[in-house]
Amino acid sequence: MDLSFVVNQVLTGLAGASSLFLVASGLTLIFGVSRIVNFAHGSLFMLGAYAAVTIYGPVVAALGPAIGPWFAMLCAALAVGLVGVAIEVLILRRLYHAPHMLQILATFGIVLIMQDAVVLIWGYDQIVGPRIPGLRGAVTIFGLRFPQYELFMLFAGPAVFVGLWLLLHRTRWGTLVRAATRDREMADILGVDQAKLFTSVFFLGAALAGLAGGLQLPREPANIYLDVRVILEAFVVTVIGGLGSIGGALLASILIGLLQAFGILIFPKSTLVLVFAVMAIVLMFRPWGLLGRPEPQTTSDLAETKAAPPDRPYAAHLVVAVLAVLMVLPLFAPDYIVKLSTQAIIFGLLAFSLNFIVATGGILSFGHAAFFGIGAYTAAIAVKNYGVPAGAALLAAPLIAGVVALGVGWFIVRRTGIYLAMLTLAFAQIVWSVAFQWVELTGGDNGIVGVWMPGWASATGAYYYLTLAVCGTAIAVIWRAVFSPFGYTLRAGRDSALRCDAIGIDLRRHRVLAFALAGTAAGLAGSSFMFLKGGVDPSLLSMDISADALIMSLIGGVQTVVGPLVGAAAFTFLKAYIMPLTDQWRLVLGVIIIVLVLAFPRGIVGFVNARDWFSRTVTRSPIPAVEERTA
Amino acid sequence: MGEAMLKITGLNAYYGRAHILHDVDLTLGRGEVVALLGRNGAGKSTIMKSAMGLLSGRSGRVEFRGRDVGALRPYRISRLGLAYVPEDRRIFSGLTVLENLEVGRRAPADASKPWTPERLFDLFPNLGERRDQDGARLSGGEQQMLTVGRALMGNPLAILLDEPSEGLAPIIVEQMARAVKTLKDEGMSILLSEQNLYFAHAVGDRAYVVDRGRIRYEGRLDEIMANDEIRRAHLAV
Ligand SMILES: Nc1ncnc2c1ncn2[C@@H]1O[C@H](COP(=O)(O)OP(=O)(O)OP(=O)(O)O)[C@@H](O)[C@H]1O
Ligand SMILES: [Mg+2]
Repeated sequence: MDLSFVVNQVLTGLAGASSLFLVASGLTLIFGVSRIVNFAHGSLFMLGAYAAVTIYGPVVAALGPAIGPWFAMLCAALAVGLVGVAIEVLILRRLYHAPHMLQILATFGIVLIMQDAVVLIWGYDQIVGPRIPGLRGAVTIFGLRFPQYELFMLFAGPAVFVGLWLLLHRTRWGTLVRAATRDREMADILGVDQAKLFTSVFFLGAALAGLAGGLQLPREPANIYLDVRVILEAFVVTVIGGLGSIGGALLASILIGLLQAFGILIFPKSTLVLVFAVMAIVLMFRPWGLLGRPEPQTTSDLAETKAAPPDRPYAAHLVVAVLAVLMVLPLFAPDYIVKLSTQAIIFGLLAFSLNFIVATGGILSFGHAAFFGIGAYTAAIAVKNYGVPAGAALLAAPLIAGVVALGVGWFIVRRTGIYLAMLTLAFAQIVWSVAFQWVELTGGDNGIVGVWMPGWASATGAYYYLTLAVCGTAIAVIWRAVFSPFGYTLRAGRDSALRCDAIGIDLRRHRVLAFALAGTAAGLAGSSFMFLKGGVDPSLLSMDISADALIMSLIGGVQTVVGPLVGAAAFTFLKAYIMPLTDQWRLVLGVIIIVLVLAFPRGIVGFVNARDWFSRTVTRSPIPAVEERTA
Repeated sequence: MGEAMLKITGLNAYYGRAHILHDVDLTLGRGEVVALLGRNGAGKSTIMKSAMGLLSGRSGRVEFRGRDVGALRPYRISRLGLAYVPEDRRIFSGLTVLENLEVGRRAPADASKPWTPERLFDLFPNLGERRDQDGARLSGGEQQMLTVGRALMGNPLAILLDEPSEGLAPIIVEQMARAVKTLKDEGMSILLSEQNLYFAHAVGDRAYVVDRGRIRYEGRLDEIMANDEIRRAHLAV
């Protein structure tokens, strides 16, 4: 590596850092005042790219090549800013006092809607962006050629940083934003209209994302995968920098930009793993990121998050009735329904185990798919590569997932709230990219196919009973745990970690065990799913699976014990019957999520319970209070 | 007593299912300084938070300048001219003294002379010397002055002052008492929560004695000072 190469690589890294900063600054600004982790931020970036590429031609034709391109990008940014305003006013404004999980799910619903909206408007094919007149060439730096546009990008980030800094420190608006970031209720008391302030912050944050999207065009075509990639990068940057800190975002952007530029030399296949590893290491030493502050403690009563009264087990006769129906189902139902039911049971276990750590344990995980996928891959690899009998693989794979969960859990329970959720997401993404990249072992993109149960067990009915027995047992075990002293301790810790500490409970150990138990169960769901489908591919590890599991809980009722099971069944059948009718399943799902979050945050079971139709009320709080109170 | 600035009738308040305030009635007249006296946990702060629209679990009527403010958000109440100085001060960390004051700034509702940082620094000279310092770095006394000053920057007509003397050195308490008297002379209406009977007596006209969420006694402060029985039953002696 000679000097000129290193310099070139540094410049490339810094240009990348600039782009990262543009996105991350908007995300962190929005988080700062609203405390909402906006998954839709990457979608706003994508929208900015599409908007810019669409208006580019006409605008340049009208205004000429000198100002046309910049005007087009500015217009795209403003348009995206307005979309941000719409999102804030219509949806997020109603959720400022809701638990993190509902906020995240709502923004995830927006992601789904935007994905389909973009396809509807612009189609599946990528659209190659223009190259900016005057910046098409390259300059020679230390004997190596460096694109002019990259050089321009290199300055765009710092310029935006300076602009933001001045805005935040030299204007009354900026002072109010910083005040609300520290203590929004106190700002309210002093007469600051939060609604207006938040809307303006959303406008700015979204416009920055849109601008970044437009500026990306000369480097990369507008395409439908931008949203997820960008949001993951932006999360990493904001978490490393410290949620809510603009300076931190700049620092972390530079770190990640350089890491990507040089990481590609060391780990050509996956810089993502490297990036997430750095994030984990930073959080190990600085729990709130490089320049972040501990989440402010609201002494507010407006935000009062009531402790949920302990769940009561459902009336036993209801459980017996449902079990009876499940037992005889294959005797009268067609194969297709039995297959779907098998899948519903598997997802029931996945959602049930996730809800166990979220609602009972107070651990918001956005990476439960990792354990589902590990279970599936382990079983498939064991059968395919090592000739392990299918039955043994089915039951052993979850143990591997459990051991991994134990290790991951040990690490993540040291963090709380959003930082913890981001770590689980990071971990799942690492596993995903390993599955994707380690082609020799995992088959990469194609996955592993043709792994079935042998003989009798492969029949639809037989496998249904097998799943019912195995997953049912796992559900029963977790159900027991919820109502055991173990579960009560977890709940106590969820409601007040401080008080638990004070009476000498080792809360962390309880949480690690809960996480491992849930991971094992998810692994079992994964291996069961693998044999149902006869194979695996990386999509089983994707963020969508983690989100689906949370959505199932949401549909059924986060704060109820049976909610996730009911939700999994509803979700599975809904999806099976709606998907053939429309190409826009994501859009439908996104709308369902948002309606549920806004109008029925207690889900089906919570709704039914509140009516007191056939069961005692499980909870009386208006919104599920699963939010982790940081101590 | 004159026209009522703040009038609370039949106020009940809850934290979750805990019933904290029971049928509280209270009036603050224009230009009056009224004290809420009571032990730790009596419910003084809860009364103030209810008036400011900060509690969701609440019933009863709160009128400010003759207007029912029960359903208003805190910022609306604040803009009508009611300021609240919380007992835990809640200075914005990372913002300088001047910036903290800026957050509170709002043009006066009437034609009165507006508060400016310079006028505040006359009232609290210590603050003037620290105007560019991070609010979080101030001493407890300075923070107390800043939180009062920040509320004044909104040019309120009435202030809810929650335990202004709590945890302060005697010399600062004296300064605070002087400041409250100055405000009173300028016609400000002040509802003051206090455990320090002497502070209340030094600045206040009337008082309500609060105990376990109920108003137990209402009267002039010199009467309460003189009444051993009330002091023993409801106040720390
Ligand atoms: N956020 C809360 N959640 C539950 N209970 C609360 C909360 N805040 C206060 N309480 C309870 O309400 C009662 C009244 O509290 P409040 O703060 O109004 O008392 P106070 O008179 O202001 O006391 P102090 O002099 O200590 O400030 C107390 O019993 C207290 O424990
Ligand atoms: Mg108090």
